[in-house]
Amino acid sequence: MAEFKVQKTYKEINEKIKKGKVVVVNAEEMIDIVEEKGAVKAAQEIDVVTTGTFGAMCSSGAILNVGHATPKMKISRAKLNGVPAYCGLAAVDLYIGASELPDEDPRNTVYPGEFKYGGAHVIQDLLSGKPVLMEAWAYGTDCYPRKYLKKELNLHELRNAILFNPRNAYQNYNCAVNSTRRTIYTYMGALKPLFGNATYSTSGQISPLLNDPYFKTIGVGTRIFLGGGQGYVAFYGTQHVFDVPRSPNGTPTEGAGTLCVIGDMKKMDPNWIAAASIQGYGVSMYVGIGVPIPILNEDMARFTAVKDADIVTQIIDYGGDYPKGIDRSLGTVTYKELKDGLITVQGKEVSVTPMASYPKALEISNILKEEIQKGRFYLGEPQATFSQL
Amino acid sequence: MIKKRMVLRFSKKTWNQPIVYRLVKDFDLAFNILKASVFPKEASLMVLEISGDEAEFDRGMAYLDSHGVVYEPLEANIKKDEERCIHCGACAAVCPTGALAIQRPEMKVVFDTEKCSGCELCVKACPPRVIVATLSSNEVQ
Repeated sequence: MAEFKVQKTYKEINEKIKKGKVVVVNAEEMIDIVEEKGAVKAAQEIDVVTTGTFGAMCSSGAILNVGHATPKMKISRAKLNGVPAYCGLAAVDLYIGASELPDEDPRNTVYPGEFKYGGAHVIQDLLSGKPVLMEAWAYGTDCYPRKYLKKELNLHELRNAILFNPRNAYQNYNCAVNSTRRTIYTYMGALKPLFGNATYSTSGQISPLLNDPYFKTIGVGTRIFLGGGQGYVAFYGTQHVFDVPRSPNGTPTEGAGTLCVIGDMKKMDPNWIAAASIQGYGVSMYVGIGVPIPILNEDMARFTAVKDADIVTQIIDYGGDYPKGIDRSLGTVTYKELKDGLITVQGKEVSVTPMASYPKALEISNILKEEIQKGRFYLGEPQATFSQL
Repeated sequence: MIKKRMVLRFSKKTWNQPIVYRLVKDFDLAFNILKASVFPKEASLMVLEISGDEAEFDRGMAYLDSHGVVYEPLEANIKKDEERCIHCGACAAVCPTGALAIQRPEMKVVFDTEKCSGCELCVKACPPRVIVATLSSNEVQ
C-alpha cells in the first residue's frame, strides 16, 4: 500500500464523523477542489464525497410481510389495489414488483398505453401513508385453513416492508434516438421520428457508480441513502458487467456496473421514491440513491473529481437496432454535450432532454453530505468487493 | 397592443354561430387558432391566440360574455404541480413549442405558459403525471 501518499481507513473516517470533524463535499464540489489543489492535497483534506442519482429503475420492488389474520392463511395469490403480487414465498410474505400491472390494464391495446397504476404506485401509496386494499386467495391447508382475505394494508401496520431492488443505479446508460419514420414510445421516453430528439438517463458527474468506476469502495454492505432512508448495497445488481471498454479516467463508455440494494421502507420518504407511468412502455419507479465515497487515497480523489466532459456514452437507435438486438453505436457523446442539450447524430443536429433528474440527484448528494456532517450517517465498510464475489 | 392565449368554450347553442368572425370584424382582433375541437350540436372548444388593441380586446371579451361563450386564459387550463414535479425532463422531449424546457445549467424543468399552445402532449408523457390539463372537458359550466 506504499504506492499512495495519502492513506485513510473507514475506521478513521467514521471516527472523524463521530467527533464532528469529518470533511464532506458533494461530487460536484469535488471537481473544482481537485482541479485547484491536485489529487493528493484534496485527498488529505476531503474525507468523503457524496453522490446521488434519481432515475427510473424498473427493477425494483418491495417485500411485504402482511401479518396473519384469524384463522391463518397461506396466501397463494394476492392483489394490492388490483396489482398482482408474487406469493411464491412463505405464508404471508409477498413481493410487489414496481413494474407489475393490474390484469385489467389495457396495456398497449390503445397505443400508446397510459399505464396509470402499477406496482410502483402501490409502493408510493404505502410510503405516502395511504391505505392499500389487499385481496388474497389460498387453497387452504390444515395449518392455514383460510381461503380468502380482503383487508386494508397500512405501512405502519405491516410487520415488515423491505424495499429490495435487484438492479438499480446503472453505472452508465445509452443515449436514445429513433431512426424510424414514426414516434416511438420507449423506457427512454418518447422518441420522435428521423432523429427528432435524443434522451439520456443519468446524473453523470455526480452519479454514484461513475465516481467509483472500479468499485474500489462500493461493495456488499456499503451503507447508502435509499429512498430517503438508510439502505445497503446487498450485492452487485443483475446484468452487472465489470469488463467493459473504459475512458482513460476509468469510467465505462457504455452500460456496465449495477447495484442490488435493500432498505427498510418504513424509514423512507415519498419525496425520494416516485411511481412513474411511462407512456407506451409501462410502469416504472424513480428511486433516489446516494452513495458516500470515502476518500481513502489520492486515487479516490481523482475518481470522484470526474466531470461530465470526460464521461461518454453511446448513441443507440431505439427504433431499429435496439429492439432487434443489433449491438451498434451511432456515435459517442459526452455528458457535457448531452446536458448542454444539442448533439449531432448522422449529420443532423438533435436536441436532447434527460429522463433522470439532476436537481433531485444533487439534492440527495447534499442531504447525504449533511447527514454525515451531523453524525447521523456512518460509512459502511464493504464486507466483500464485487471483484471478490 | 396586447396578445393573449385564450380558451373559448361554446355551448350546444352557440357552436354554429360566427362568433370569431365578429371578433375580427367588429373589434379588429387578429386570431391564430392553436387548437379547435368543434362538433355539430355539441359543446365545443377553441384555443386562440388573440391580439389587438387592449380596449378592443376587452370589448371583444364582453361580446363573448353577451353571447354565452365562456373564456379563460390558456394558463388557467394547464398546470404543472411544482411540488410533485421531479424535474426528469420527459415532458420537454415532447413539448412542440418549448413551453416546457430544461433550464440550464440547473437542469430544472420550467414551464413558460406564454409559449404553451395547449396541445396536451405533456400530460401523458409526464411519468409522475403532475401536469393537469382541463382543456379536454368541453362542457360549459
